[in-house]
Amino acid sequence: MRRPVRDSEDSARKINRRALFMGGCMAATMAVLAGRMRYLGVDQSDEYSLLAEQNRVNIQLIPPARGLILDRNGKLIAGNEQNYRVVITREGAGDVQLVLNRLSHLVPLNETDMARVLKDVDRNPSFVPIPVADRLSWEEFSGISVNAPALPGVTPDVGLSRVYPRDTDFAHVVGYVGPVSERDLAGLENPAPLLRIPKFQIGKIGVEKWQEDVLRGSAGNRKIEVNHVGRVMRELDRTEGKAGADLTLTLDADVQNFTQVRLGDQSAAAIVMDVQNGDIIAAASAPSFNPNLFVRGIANADYAKLMENDHRPLANKVVQGAYPPGSTFKIVTALAALADGAIDTNTTVNCPGYLDYGGRKFHCWKSGGHGKLDLIGALTHSCDVFFYEVAQRVGIDKMAVMGKTMGLGQRLDLPMSAITEGNLPTKEWKQQRFKQDWRIGDTINAAIGQGYVLASPLQLAVMAARVASGRLVQPRLIKAIGGKEVAIADAPALGMETSQLAAVRAGMSGVVNSQRGTGYSARIANASYLMAGKSGTSQVRNISAAERETGVVGNNDLPWKQRDHALFVAFAPVEAPRYAVAVVVEHGGGGSGVAAPIARDILLRVLTGAMPDPKDYPADQRARIGAMLNDLVLRNPDGTQPDQIKA
Amino acid sequence: MSFLEYRVKFAPSGFAKVFYVNWGLYLLITAAAAIGWLMLYSISGGDLSMWAGPQMKRYGVGLAISLAMCFTPIWFWRSMSGAAYALTFFLLVVVHFFGSVGMGAQRWIDLGFVRIQPSEFMKVSLIMVLATYYDWLDDRRTSRPLWVLIPVLLIIIPTVLVILEPNLGTSLMLIVAGAAVMFAAGVSLWYFAAVIALIGGAVAGIFLLRGTPWQLIHDYQYKRIDTFLDPSADPLGAGYNILQAKIALGSGGLTGKGFMQGTQSRLNFLPEKHTDFIFTTLGEEFGFVGAVSLLALYAMILIFLLWAAMQNKDRFSSLLLIGIASNFFLYLAVNLAMVMGMAPVVGVPLPFLSYGGSATLVLLLAFGLAQSAIVHRLR
Repeated sequence: MRRPVRDSEDSARKINRRALFMGGCMAATMAVLAGRMRYLGVDQSDEYSLLAEQNRVNIQLIPPARGLILDRNGKLIAGNEQNYRVVITREGAGDVQLVLNRLSHLVPLNETDMARVLKDVDRNPSFVPIPVADRLSWEEFSGISVNAPALPGVTPDVGLSRVYPRDTDFAHVVGYVGPVSERDLAGLENPAPLLRIPKFQIGKIGVEKWQEDVLRGSAGNRKIEVNHVGRVMRELDRTEGKAGADLTLTLDADVQNFTQVRLGDQSAAAIVMDVQNGDIIAAASAPSFNPNLFVRGIANADYAKLMENDHRPLANKVVQGAYPPGSTFKIVTALAALADGAIDTNTTVNCPGYLDYGGRKFHCWKSGGHGKLDLIGALTHSCDVFFYEVAQRVGIDKMAVMGKTMGLGQRLDLPMSAITEGNLPTKEWKQQRFKQDWRIGDTINAAIGQGYVLASPLQLAVMAARVASGRLVQPRLIKAIGGKEVAIADAPALGMETSQLAAVRAGMSGVVNSQRGTGYSARIANASYLMAGKSGTSQVRNISAAERETGVVGNNDLPWKQRDHALFVAFAPVEAPRYAVAVVVEHGGGGSGVAAPIARDILLRVLTGAMPDPKDYPADQRARIGAMLNDLVLRNPDGTQPDQIKA
Repeated sequence: MSFLEYRVKFAPSGFAKVFYVNWGLYLLITAAAAIGWLMLYSISGGDLSMWAGPQMKRYGVGLAISLAMCFTPIWFWRSMSGAAYALTFFLLVVVHFFGSVGMGAQRWIDLGFVRIQPSEFMKVSLIMVLATYYDWLDDRRTSRPLWVLIPVLLIIIPTVLVILEPNLGTSLMLIVAGAAVMFAAGVSLWYFAAVIALIGGAVAGIFLLRGTPWQLIHDYQYKRIDTFLDPSADPLGAGYNILQAKIALGSGGLTGKGFMQGTQSRLNFLPEKHTDFIFTTLGEEFGFVGAVSLLALYAMILIFLLWAAMQNKDRFSSLLLIGIASNFFLYLAVNLAMVMGMAPVVGVPLPFLSYGGSATLVLLLAFGLAQSAIVHRLR
């Protein structure tokens, strides 16, 4: 035994003494608690009973009307429509299942709907109205009102729901709203009480998501008196919420519609920018989808169809698509060489059809060669050898710097989802990414926009706009918030010499307007709208040695997925540029043949402010183009626009 | 006491243990739990499956574990106390780095099928380890500074982790329950006097440093104190809970509005009505009589525990019983004081009544330990 018994007994006595003392303290505390209970429940009972009576007053949130989204001319892109719906409260209904069964004879309700309602009813306090069905017809809606006595706890209700009157046109830019999900809530530190309203809608992608704070507004509340089962007896007080601010975009709804329709079913993207202030006039990605489907809750089959489509309708290719820019990148190569002093506007290079580098031959697209060319000629003919040679003189790192200046290789700031950075490779980048040294072959590939270089249509349009204006134009999409114009800072100059920029512009003009330019057939004939541009055709697959031997396989003989991307960047008018365009047609084939005509049509549409006039096209194409334009199914600007509703 | 002593004296063994379990104590806590089920049933508007049912199931499982514990010899639990403390402490560290965040605090480890709240378990582990410590320590050294420092560290280190979660209510309970065991073990009163003086200084510091960069507690904690001091200042905001709770209790009157007749709770004016504020429903529906009956029930449980502690000559057992009694008392005192508007809202459940798994389970574990001490008392 470690301890003498006496000690142990001594300490036991001590423990008992202290335990008694603690018991006394506990008893005293409990006496105080009982006294407090007596004070509240007996002495002050009358006062609190009165308060409890008055307490049959409930406070409910009123969701604010979401701000509208308008185009630059005030045309409605996203609005709110009245939505007839029925809501149910557990308190009123009692047996929710029974009431739902009765209700299912009046409105279409399937098993999944009922299961969802029962789940929501369980999750929320019993007085919270849970939406059962919405977008009811007037007949269904009035049927419920008539049968009200058999449907306790069911209230017909008019709410606001998002609607996109120009459905597919703005799906990618504007995005859509949807009910708040558990995941949305988990991502928020302190979610507004508003978000807890069942089926409250918030922006999920695009402008709707990124401008959520502006569009949402703030909740109002109403004080209502409820009876002993919680049914609303009367409204006592109402504080209106603040509707969300309206958002005016830089987009032109009609040009957007034209662009979207012109792209058709191809997997393609096109963007139009104002070269002076960076306003994005149109940004279309094809094929598109109907955002209204998502607002209403898209059916699984419809969603699967969108997901399985190999043309990826859900992707916003304008900002998400990263493509090898192909020959359009020669603009950057040229500017980098000029800025560096590696060449001047008179430097010539001889093109024998290939460049021999250390025993390896790098071919020009024209096997016979172009002969002696200066910069303007090289751009006009899109001579590869010239740019191989020039790129070697400048080096990849300086090309990457110039690429950055032109807007490539960076995440351009727009309120849209999943904007790609693209890629501008450098020696360091390759070392980090692949643990490999940079090789001269990589520079040669990059010179013509192949290999590691990647750019989005948005970035290419910014590049064209910066070449056209000579200034660091930033793209922008928000023109005004709540009717107040968003100020734009004057874009600083690019810092290039005027003569150098002029040479690149002249080269781009040559592409389209010179008889031997690669894009001559896509020229604009009207002298006041002359276009300048640069085509690009980017390979999506490696050409095998065997194919090299036998000559290139015709693009049309390949499966769709392996065909080249067609690209075209352009601006117009040549002399006083106003708009820049970038068009990418995925697996479309040649840039000058496929993408350039689209760019031309879009430029004419935006410059003339009306449907392109066949007279502005070269004489031999007028008949064909006139017919093509006639076949385009364009939206009627007044006819399809429903009434704007704002509560 | 050594193992040998247990063998020399008489302690029940085998099936005979059944007759030595304090069944009265189990009856009392089950009565308390049954009141809780009635209240949960009433609050849910007569829906058994919402709260009352799950709570009954949890109680059943907890009670089974508790019974298994009370037939396990107390000297086994004493030898396990170090390991229990180490394990709970480890879980606290884990929750600190990997725990789930809920209601702005990092308190749970989510194992998918069950959520563990280690700070709740620490309440029991801490009492066990302190009782073991004083059982081992020579009585004459109890008040020597170095031998006082060790239990203080045992209390403070896990408490710091709990404060960081942040969970003010539980950390306060850890400190006070730990201090109660030290007090019962006979640590000199001067230490307690000194600590109380220090706390007085700290409280002054908390208020004086408010708004300065050196402020000692979170803004929301200040707000709770403000709300407590003047709930009517912000009746729709933070003071809402307290005001509505007082209305519920007050409107109950002497005998209450009757079972399932409470308008406050049924019309959802009360937040947290099924967890921390469940006492308000009791007060509203059964009035002063119902509330005081519950208090009497609690008082009897405490008397049983303290009486068992005083009867028991085994130092570990009696300290353990006193610790468990203090812990139980703290739960109910803090909760009731908070609900009746006498203490700030700190988020402490009402023992055996509030809806919730962790707290009920921990309480039943603690009572399993207490019963083990009672069963294996030397006679």
